[in-house]
Amino acid sequence: MADWFVTPFAANAFMLDALLAGILVSIACGIVGTYVVLRGLAFIGDALAHGVLPGVAVAMLLGLPGMVGAAAGAAGMIFGIGWITRRSNLSSDTAIGLLFVAMLALGVAIVSRSHSFSGDLVRILFGEILGIRASELAIQLAATLVIAALAWICHRPFLLLCFSPEQARVSGFAPRRYHSIMLGMIALTIVVSFRTVGTLLVFGMLLAPAAAAALFSRKVATMILSASALGIGSVYAGLLASYHFDLAAGAAITLAASGLFFVLLAARQLLPRADRRQEGRP
Amino acid sequence: MSAADGPAMVEALSLGVGYQGETVVADISFRLDPGQVLALVGSNGSGKSTLLKTVAGLLPPTAGNVRVFGAAPLSSPSRVAYLGQFHPTSFMLPLRVLDVVRMARFARHGLFGRLTAEDERAVREAMAVMDVQGLADAPLNTLSGGQRQRVFMAQAFARDADLILLDEPAANLDTTSRDTYRGRLRTLADAGRSVIVATHDIDEASECHFTMLLAHRVVACGPSAEVLARPALLATFGMVGKYQEGGIVIVEREHGHDHGHDHFGD
Repeated sequence: MADWFVTPFAANAFMLDALLAGILVSIACGIVGTYVVLRGLAFIGDALAHGVLPGVAVAMLLGLPGMVGAAAGAAGMIFGIGWITRRSNLSSDTAIGLLFVAMLALGVAIVSRSHSFSGDLVRILFGEILGIRASELAIQLAATLVIAALAWICHRPFLLLCFSPEQARVSGFAPRRYHSIMLGMIALTIVVSFRTVGTLLVFGMLLAPAAAAALFSRKVATMILSASALGIGSVYAGLLASYHFDLAAGAAITLAASGLFFVLLAARQLLPRADRRQEGRP
Repeated sequence: MSAADGPAMVEALSLGVGYQGETVVADISFRLDPGQVLALVGSNGSGKSTLLKTVAGLLPPTAGNVRVFGAAPLSSPSRVAYLGQFHPTSFMLPLRVLDVVRMARFARHGLFGRLTAEDERAVREAMAVMDVQGLADAPLNTLSGGQRQRVFMAQAFARDADLILLDEPAANLDTTSRDTYRGRLRTLADAGRSVIVATHDIDEASECHFTMLLAHRVVACGPSAEVLARPALLATFGMVGKYQEGGIVIVEREHGHDHGHDHFGD
C-alpha cells in the first residue's frame, strides 16, 4: 500500500521535483489566494493569469526566458487596468474584462505564428510540472519566500484593507500602496508559477484552496495556513493520480483542489454549525 | 467653538467639502477645543458625512483649510478615531470580535510594533463599555446588525483617540446601548477628548456642547441650546420635531412648506 503512495516520489526524481515545486506554489497561492478571496480580487487574478500569455508567447518566439515575458505581460495588464479606470468612467471590472480578452487573443495570435502552436499553448496554459529544472525550482523558492515576507510585513495593512479601506487609511496605512503591493504579489505568484501549473491552472490554485479554507477559518492567519495545507494536499493527490492513471499532472492537481473545496462545502452543509448567530442578544 | 488660545483639536477656515471637486457645503468655519462635543445635524445628503470624512482626511477639501491638532488631517492617525456610516466589510472575512477591536491599536504601532498590555487594556475597556466583551471570540459574521455596530463603536473607542469622529453611530442601536453610548460621550468629554458626531437625533444633539445645522450650507453653528431653537431648525428641515423612540414627532411645520416625505427617515 505504501508503495502506491510513496514509491512514485522516492523512485522518480522528476516526481520529487514536481512535488517540491507544487509545495512551493501551494504556499505562495495559499497566502496570495487568501487575500484574493477576501478582497474579491478573483477577476483581476484571472485577468493577470491570462494577461501573461502574450508576454510568454513573445518571449518564446524571441528565445527569451518565458518568465521575463510573463512579468512584462503582468506589468502591462496592471498598468492597463489602472490606465483605463483612470481615463474613463468605466468600472475596473469592465477594464479588466476588456484587457483580459484582448491579451488572451493577442497571446493566441502570437502563438499561432509558431510551428508547434497547440503544444506551446498547452504548455503555457497547463504548465509542465513534471519537467521542472533545478533553476526553476530555485526561482520558485525565492518567489515564495518574497511573498511570505511581504505578507508578514504587511499583515496589518492587509487585514485593515480587507476590513475597510477607510479604516486602513485613517490608521495611517495608504490603501493604494498596499493594494498595489497585493497586486504585485498576485502577479509574482502567477509569473513564477506558470512553468509549474500553467497560467490557467495557477488561477485554480489561487482560488480553490483559499475558498475552501474560508469555509471554516476564524482568523486570517488560520485561513492562510489551511489554504497552503489544502494546496499541498491537492498537489500530492494530483501528482499521485497523474502517475498512476496517466493523467495530465497540472489538471489533476487543480481538479483535486477544486474537488476538496466541494467536499468541504458539502461537509459544512451536513455538519451542525457551532458558531451560528449569537442568540438572545439584540 | 471658542477663542481660546490653546491648541485647537480641529480648526476649519472657509472650508469647502465635497466629492471630486464638487462642493456639497461651502464656507464652513469652526474651532473645536479639547473636551468639546460637536453635533452635526441635517437631513440625508446635507453634508454631514462629507464634512466628517474631510476632517478624517478621507476627502480633500474643495476649498479653504482644515487643521487637526494644528496639522493636516491624517498627520497623527493614532490620535483620531473615525467610524463611518457604512461598513463594506466582506461578510466572509474570518475575524473574531476581539480581532476587530484590536485593529484599532494598529495606528499606534505601525507595521511592526508589538501590541502591549496597555493596548489590551484599552481593547478590553472599550469592549466592556459597548457590552461586547461576552462576544470576544464570536466570529464577526455571526453577529446581528446591532451587535456589529456595537463592535465597530468599541473599535472606535479602543483607539483611545483625542478626537473621535462618529457618523450616525447610534442609528442601529437599541435604547440601552444608545444610553451607554451617550454616557461614553460625556465621559470622553470630561477627560478632555473631543467628539464630532453626525446625527439625526435632536435629543442627542441637545446633549452636545455645540451643534452645527447643515442643509448644503451651514444654517447655524454654536451652543446647542441656541442652535436647536425653532427658526434654525425650520431652516434646516422645514419643520421642527421632537425626538421620541422610533422617530421624530413633528410639532411644527414651516409655513407653506408641504411635506410629502420624511426628512428624518433613513
